[in-house]
Amino acid sequence: MRDQRLWTWHVLAGLVILVFLGLHMTIMHLDTIFGFFNPGDAKPIDWVSVVGRARMGFFTVSYIVLLGAALFHGLYGLRNILFELGPGRGVKSALNVALTVGGVGLFAFGAWAAWAAGALARTL
Amino acid sequence: MLDIKGHPNRLGVWGWLGGGKWGLERYLYTLHRVTGLGLVVYFLLHIVVTSARAFGPEAWAASMGRVSGGVFVIGEFLVFAAFAFHASNGVRLILVELGFAIGNPIEPVYPYRTSVHEQRPLALGILVLAALVLAAGGYNFLAHLSH
Amino acid sequence: MTAPATVTFRIRRYDPATQQPPVWEDITIPYTHGMTVLDGLRVIKETRSATLAWRSSCRMGVCGSCGMFINGHPRLACNTQITELGTQLVTVAPLPNFAIIRDLVPDLRPLFDKHAALMPYIIRDDVQEMFEPTGEYFQTPHELEQFLQFSYCIKCGCCGAACPTVATDPEYSGPMALAQSHRYNADSRDGGFAARKQVLATEKGPWKCHYAGECSQACPKGVDPARAIQLMKRQLVFDYLKLYRQPCPSKVVAKPTEITRRADVPEAPAPTV
Repeated sequence: MRDQRLWTWHVLAGLVILVFLGLHMTIMHLDTIFGFFNPGDAKPIDWVSVVGRARMGFFTVSYIVLLGAALFHGLYGLRNILFELGPGRGVKSALNVALTVGGVGLFAFGAWAAWAAGALARTL
Repeated sequence: MLDIKGHPNRLGVWGWLGGGKWGLERYLYTLHRVTGLGLVVYFLLHIVVTSARAFGPEAWAASMGRVSGGVFVIGEFLVFAAFAFHASNGVRLILVELGFAIGNPIEPVYPYRTSVHEQRPLALGILVLAALVLAAGGYNFLAHLSH
Repeated sequence: MTAPATVTFRIRRYDPATQQPPVWEDITIPYTHGMTVLDGLRVIKETRSATLAWRSSCRMGVCGSCGMFINGHPRLACNTQITELGTQLVTVAPLPNFAIIRDLVPDLRPLFDKHAALMPYIIRDDVQEMFEPTGEYFQTPHELEQFLQFSYCIKCGCCGAACPTVATDPEYSGPMALAQSHRYNADSRDGGFAARKQVLATEKGPWKCHYAGECSQACPKGVDPARAIQLMKRQLVFDYLKLYRQPCPSKVVAKPTEITRRADVPEAPAPTV
């Protein structure tokens, strides 16, 4: 039952990532072609660009959504690759726990960083 | 029942590369895994590196300074290339693995036209898409390097 | 390729009694017109190496016994012409991803165990009708087409030999078992999706298939197990998202009782059995 659910969410997360990571890649790595959300001649990783995006609630929310979807999609994919190498039952259980704890921990940290950056940007 | 253990004969990870008819789809599968692993490793580090923006402009500048050397620029382009392929092939996999681009079951008449043949145009199409995205990204990287 | 005068078989030999690992043995035999790999093995056993062991039966590509790894691809030995391979060196090894019992004989028990575990048979509530039929189960040609392709499987194991997931993961059910499970899920006479779902929704299901497509390329009967597995995934995903409702299994069609023979149609001859 779990594998049916996990795989379905893996596909749905992939669709979410397609949209949000596509947007993120367009902003960060296709800026000379499209030039979205980067003020003036600033590069996408300049502080002024980062703050400009962090001020917008849309980016805070979309970064958190992308973070969650990408962590789930990526760690489930990693789990697939590792499980298909034929480990024993004990190793599989340990991997399940490690990937879940690691994933939730990184999500909590990344979501906090996105929220905190937004709060900081609004004071500047 | 015969108690025969048999000599082990699994292909192992080499089976991800060969063992069948070496169709295009096997290599797309292997490349999808490789790019996925690369993206996961990069992403886990990326979360930590970009979290510096929560601590102010000096922390951000220090974090970006740590990842701005020549090796990192090449690495970042490779990550973009991995994204270009993984996303395009991912679109194909979503369609194929939900049974949409593979055609309906038919009476098999030799020479067999399988679902692999049915989705081959889609596979070639996503390769073209990945190449276009990669070209756009490459142009962008070069534009930044020349400034 | 023009017919050669001789052909060299490079055969993977393994004798469990000697405790030695498998080795390659080269044997050159005269080529005869229309020789298949199976014909060549028979000539070798009759004239050169009486201890060579393999499985074969029908010699015409319907029993699935002679699946082997021929020149790097899983094929049926009886279905493979020497001239089709385009070389005078024919490398014959047992099917990969299955343990070797001896020489070219793979241990296919895991294949059959996984097949049995996915319930490849009609499951219906009307057990009485199944064992003492009063009529036929109604099925349209369109309904037949949904599973007919998958019913051509001869359980040779070539798909499992080609599959990259079976290559690394001994727990994976494999393309044959999954395709045969879908053959019954797609059969309108069957009502067993709920029962099979209990197994298919777990790690025994199609979740480790990533569409490398090698199973369909290797299949000697055009069964296209890759198609069956993706259709199975669609069914299971839509079921989880509550977008799929299993249709009721086919009803019994009772034989008509009031029939009058047309005047110009003769009586059937009396049954002889």
